[in-house]
Amino acid sequence: MSATTATTGRPTTTLSRLAALGRAELTLLGRNRNNLFIAAAMPLLMIFLLRSSLKGIDEATLGISLGAATLIGGTGMVLLLVVYMSLTSSLVARREELVLKRLRTGEATDAEILAGAALPATAIALAQAAILTVGGFTILGSDAPARPDLLVLGLAGAIVLLAGLAAVTTTFTRTVESAGLTTLPLFLVSSFGSGLFVPRDALPGLAADLAQLLPLSGVMEFVRAGWLGTAHSGSLLAAALNTVAWGVLTGWAVRRWFRWEPRR
Amino acid sequence: MTAEAQTPAIEATDLSRTYAGGFEAVRGISLSVPRGEIFALLGTNGAGKTSTVELLEGLAAPTGGTARVLGHDPYRERTAVRPRIGVMLQEGGFPSDLTVAETVRMWAGVTSGARPAAEALGAVGLTGREKVRIKQLSGGERRRLDLACALLGRPEVLFLDEPTTGLDAEGRRDTWELVRALRAQGTTVLLTTHYLEEAEALADRLAIMHQGRIVLSGTPAEVTAAQPARIRFALPDGVPAARLPLALKAAADGDRIEIRTHALQDDLTGLLDWARDHGVRLEGLDARSASLEEAFLDIASRTEDVPAGPKESVNR
Repeated sequence: MSATTATTGRPTTTLSRLAALGRAELTLLGRNRNNLFIAAAMPLLMIFLLRSSLKGIDEATLGISLGAATLIGGTGMVLLLVVYMSLTSSLVARREELVLKRLRTGEATDAEILAGAALPATAIALAQAAILTVGGFTILGSDAPARPDLLVLGLAGAIVLLAGLAAVTTTFTRTVESAGLTTLPLFLVSSFGSGLFVPRDALPGLAADLAQLLPLSGVMEFVRAGWLGTAHSGSLLAAALNTVAWGVLTGWAVRRWFRWEPRR
Repeated sequence: MTAEAQTPAIEATDLSRTYAGGFEAVRGISLSVPRGEIFALLGTNGAGKTSTVELLEGLAAPTGGTARVLGHDPYRERTAVRPRIGVMLQEGGFPSDLTVAETVRMWAGVTSGARPAAEALGAVGLTGREKVRIKQLSGGERRRLDLACALLGRPEVLFLDEPTTGLDAEGRRDTWELVRALRAQGTTVLLTTHYLEEAEALADRLAIMHQGRIVLSGTPAEVTAAQPARIRFALPDGVPAARLPLALKAAADGDRIEIRTHALQDDLTGLLDWARDHGVRLEGLDARSASLEEAFLDIASRTEDVPAGPKESVNR
């Protein structure tokens, strides 16, 4: 090798490290057809399905317009599929290839490694949420989001929470193939309980109360309030509390159980 | 700066590591590697080499004892240590769908003062392979890419866990040359290996690990000198081993005799004089000085009393 004089080169920063990790992860996402399909095509498909299923329910039961219900449910669907499900499988893939362990020998912190892995999914989720919003006007003929600030807050909270839940899910996911199965419980429970497929108001009393405690119920409340501008009475505070509680719990679980290398 | 130059590059005191299942992989290891030295950890699979190196790299906290790298705790003070060290794990660590160039670019993004990719790849002989996906690389090429990434930040201390496993003879020589060149520039290198000739060829000092402990350490010459030389032969029928001179500490296995000695010349002379005087032919006479290999095999053979534990975290 060529003799090199030791130079004090440019030190890395959190931002530069995140950019490098996120860029590599985005490249990988582009090369993995399954993940790409889940991230790019599935949400649109689900929204289409959602719309046809919602058509069977009259607006009086829904409590809100068909267009709004589709947009709110669609946003939740995008978040679950793009952030939660595809991030779970890519984290498992990196762990099994010892990529996470190798990265931990470098300068990036644990949080940066996880955040870097979540960057592409976050970007795609935000892009699709934006498409939904625009598509909402033009195709579904709905109103613009009444409280964009609440919508953005909801999206941000959901992305952080779901990224954490994806990390937790990898602790009981041994292979990339089994990620489809291990992510199913949260997907189903959220779809029916957190106001994605079925607006929560359409659930019977006790179920509706219990559903309020689910991990995504809080952030979905914000998304809903963002679209409609009408939060349920005092529900935003409850929603915020729910989200913070789940966030703390998730963070604790990740610290406690997340594995950086395969089980031998 | 002078004070810092005097602290060892790597220091471990009574280091131990017990896994969650209760397996004691490292049982009280102490070692000190001065700056600019190449230090080799030798041992059979499961001796605890990788478990030890992971503690020194700061990947895990020790169960007991202390580790210091460049004067810092590698686990608790990782932000101080990481920019100054380079690590090559025993295997893997790169996404199979990235290309060589993309991998190096990613590593450069998380490495302070990263050298240009072309220079790093040139150093390990991967020039021209930039656009190849990791999954299409040979095992040896992957090892070299791993080395290139470990060298990317011009580290002061380099940890290499079995750097030449999977390399062909030429690749191994190239890696040795590279490691020597790094030492010439002042880099401290801690490597693990189970190739004895690698430790002999490269290491300024070495330690042989067995069952989580360092059993023998020193320069290759010292370690070798600590071992007895051997004389082997077979006695003809009708000559019992009991007739050998008493001064020779002989072990008999049937008619095969083995003598271990720290005074090879004297004992060999005694044996040959006795044989001539009694008209005995020593079949298959073989006398050899101690070698690192003998030392290693001697230590490795002491395994039978171990309870079966999980293997060192590799070797799939």
